[in-house]
Amino acid sequence: MTKRFLTAALLLSVSVIPAYAAKTSLVVGMPIEPPGLDPTIAAPVAIREVTWVNLYEGLVRIDRNGKVQPLLAKSWEVSPDGLTYTFRLQEGVKFHDGSAFDSADVKFAFDRARDPKSTNAQKQIFAPIDTIETPDPATVVIKLKETSGNFLTYLGWGDAVIVAPESAATNAANPVGTGPFKFKSWTRGDRVELVRNADYWQKDKIKLDSVTFRFISDAQAQVAALKAGDVDAFPNLGAPELFAEFKKDSRFKAVAGNTEGEIVAGMNNAKKPFDDVRVRRALMHAIDRKALVEGAYSGFGQPIGSFFSPNHPAFVDMTGVIPYDVEKAKALLKEAGYGNGLSITIKSPQMAYASRSAELLSAMMAEAGVELKIIPTEFPAKWIEEVFKAKDYDMTIVAHTEPLDIDIFARDNYYFNYKNDKFKAVVAEAAKTTDEKARFAKYAEAQKILAEDVPALFLFQLPKLGVWNAKVQGLWENSPIPSNDVTEVSWSE
Amino acid sequence: MTKRSRLPLNSALVVGGILTALLVVTALVSLVWTPEVPTRVRVALRLKAPGELGLLGTDHFGRDVASLLMVGAWNSLAIAWPAVLLGAAIGTAIGCAAAAWKGIADEIAMRVSDVVFAFPAVLSAIMIGALVGSGPLAAILAIAVFNVPVFARVTRGVALQVWTLDYIAAARAIGKHPLRITWEDVMPNIAGALIVQVTIQLALAILTEAGLSYLGLGVRPPNPSWGRMLSDAQTYLSQAPHLAIAPGIAIALSVLGLNLLGDGLRDALDPTLKGRGGSTS
Repeated sequence: MTKRFLTAALLLSVSVIPAYAAKTSLVVGMPIEPPGLDPTIAAPVAIREVTWVNLYEGLVRIDRNGKVQPLLAKSWEVSPDGLTYTFRLQEGVKFHDGSAFDSADVKFAFDRARDPKSTNAQKQIFAPIDTIETPDPATVVIKLKETSGNFLTYLGWGDAVIVAPESAATNAANPVGTGPFKFKSWTRGDRVELVRNADYWQKDKIKLDSVTFRFISDAQAQVAALKAGDVDAFPNLGAPELFAEFKKDSRFKAVAGNTEGEIVAGMNNAKKPFDDVRVRRALMHAIDRKALVEGAYSGFGQPIGSFFSPNHPAFVDMTGVIPYDVEKAKALLKEAGYGNGLSITIKSPQMAYASRSAELLSAMMAEAGVELKIIPTEFPAKWIEEVFKAKDYDMTIVAHTEPLDIDIFARDNYYFNYKNDKFKAVVAEAAKTTDEKARFAKYAEAQKILAEDVPALFLFQLPKLGVWNAKVQGLWENSPIPSNDVTEVSWSE
Repeated sequence: MTKRSRLPLNSALVVGGILTALLVVTALVSLVWTPEVPTRVRVALRLKAPGELGLLGTDHFGRDVASLLMVGAWNSLAIAWPAVLLGAAIGTAIGCAAAAWKGIADEIAMRVSDVVFAFPAVLSAIMIGALVGSGPLAAILAIAVFNVPVFARVTRGVALQVWTLDYIAAARAIGKHPLRITWEDVMPNIAGALIVQVTIQLALAILTEAGLSYLGLGVRPPNPSWGRMLSDAQTYLSQAPHLAIAPGIAIALSVLGLNLLGDGLRDALDPTLKGRGGSTS
């Protein structure tokens, strides 16, 4: 390798090679394959990681710094009472099937998403909407029932992208959006290929001709694919212990960024013994979060004590509320009537962070007299079926990677089976509050309630360990929203 | 013919016997003593080299590799033994019945064996795992299922030879029931061949168990298993190669030991079988 580099350097230095055009194709590696390609009907993050802003576009988007930016809406006004949003749409935008984009598509997409029969994973986005009016093809007026502090941010998510009535029903297998790349093919179990949309409304901004997403779940194989050049970028490398190798290798850029993903060991709060807060607190006391991060993620990742991203300005460090204290854990278990031991199970998906954490949790809980049996499961399909839908579990472990998703603990029928009216009220209040300072104070209160009530074991923030070819520019270093935005990617020469 | 004053020693028998004894003793000792508690996590002491901490170093959670290896030996045998014995019991019964009654019973037994034999152990483990849930029980069943046709064929082969002998013909002539002939006259004569086969199949079972655990279908974490130690070690190969080498050598030596023992036993028990292929893998 070094030899080849030297030769190349030598050749370049004497300028015998004419400058050749930079590469215009990109292969992005992902650990998990999406179950479909429509982000408006299902929760898995992998769907957004392929399609969001690459294939589908929303009225607005979230940029790499987590800020809201215009997209299909070129501008908007909010009425002084915070209840009426008037969006001015981009004109001349076409869907990939050639049909024109206008205000009717926006109304259709949002009505479809908020329909009672819709399976949209983030219905709270649309919950405040009262009416959607389309006075002309380039204007959409959305009236809210109540104010919503996060409404615009939410509209930037994958769940709120605009789909057309002609193609919405078949988007999962044959996605049609307005984005810079259109769908070419999907080889199940292997790859999704997108190609440049020649009619894209801001096509001058796009440098790539094609993007391929390859699905490689095994960390060792991810590394091999990167080193062989089969994959140009792995925005989320599966094995942190292999990350260090790339840091030393000048052919690659290795960036340790952050995500919005909180890794939590969710508990079935409706089921014994988890209906007893003393048991939940005892289990939290039994966990040494620092050691967990070290063992499960080679020290990358920040310990958390509640369910809020450290990247968010409203974040409060709650790790001190229920600190690591095995004696306290034992005492609480005794008080709850489990002094002679407790045996529970954890359904652990295949992702390295999950299975390793589960093994560490099991070892740590053993010290407190709790037997935690590990039952392997498969994410997403089997996990969604058993845990998320059927709620047939004691404890489980996954990363929740949506930004600002603390309200999942306020949702009825969510897999935690957690019911806390006070928490619900605080979160609902926060969502309505348009004043930033007041809203953040409410979020701080909500974080505290969760930290004390422990509906799930709050473990650590999932880091984003990205590795890509050093010549690839424009990929995101952090993940303020789960995505693989390639719209600004180019190859340097 | 059925009684032998002493087993003639040969080098395969000696080396195989020593290696297998080592495996069994290690497994048994792990029940009462290990250098450290094998599941104790010591994150601050993770990825220590052999000698630096403990005889074989520590793994990615700071667990003692030597202790994990010892308990892994027990777990490996605890799956391999019952699986092979179960497979041998059923397979031998089928083989004996096929040899005793021949004809259509023989045909059916052998064709069914062929079908079962066509499924590799890993595949049947995945299917059985889907039925009873993956775990040690599924692994035992899968390896047993895989062993049934092996024993059915071996038993049938040697039993058919015994059935052609004169004294069996005599026994039949006086009206002795085929079941009694099988039990009293055939079994003692084929026992040697079966013992050899059990030894060889044990080696294969240990290898299969490691493979299943490597795929997450065998022993459940945090209970140590050689196969899973290997799969855990994979991504740490560049940082801590000892994590893969230790279980790798343990598996190789155990399989080698049992295979040599099987070969040695075969030569010792029946010199006429010498040179004939015994392994059906």
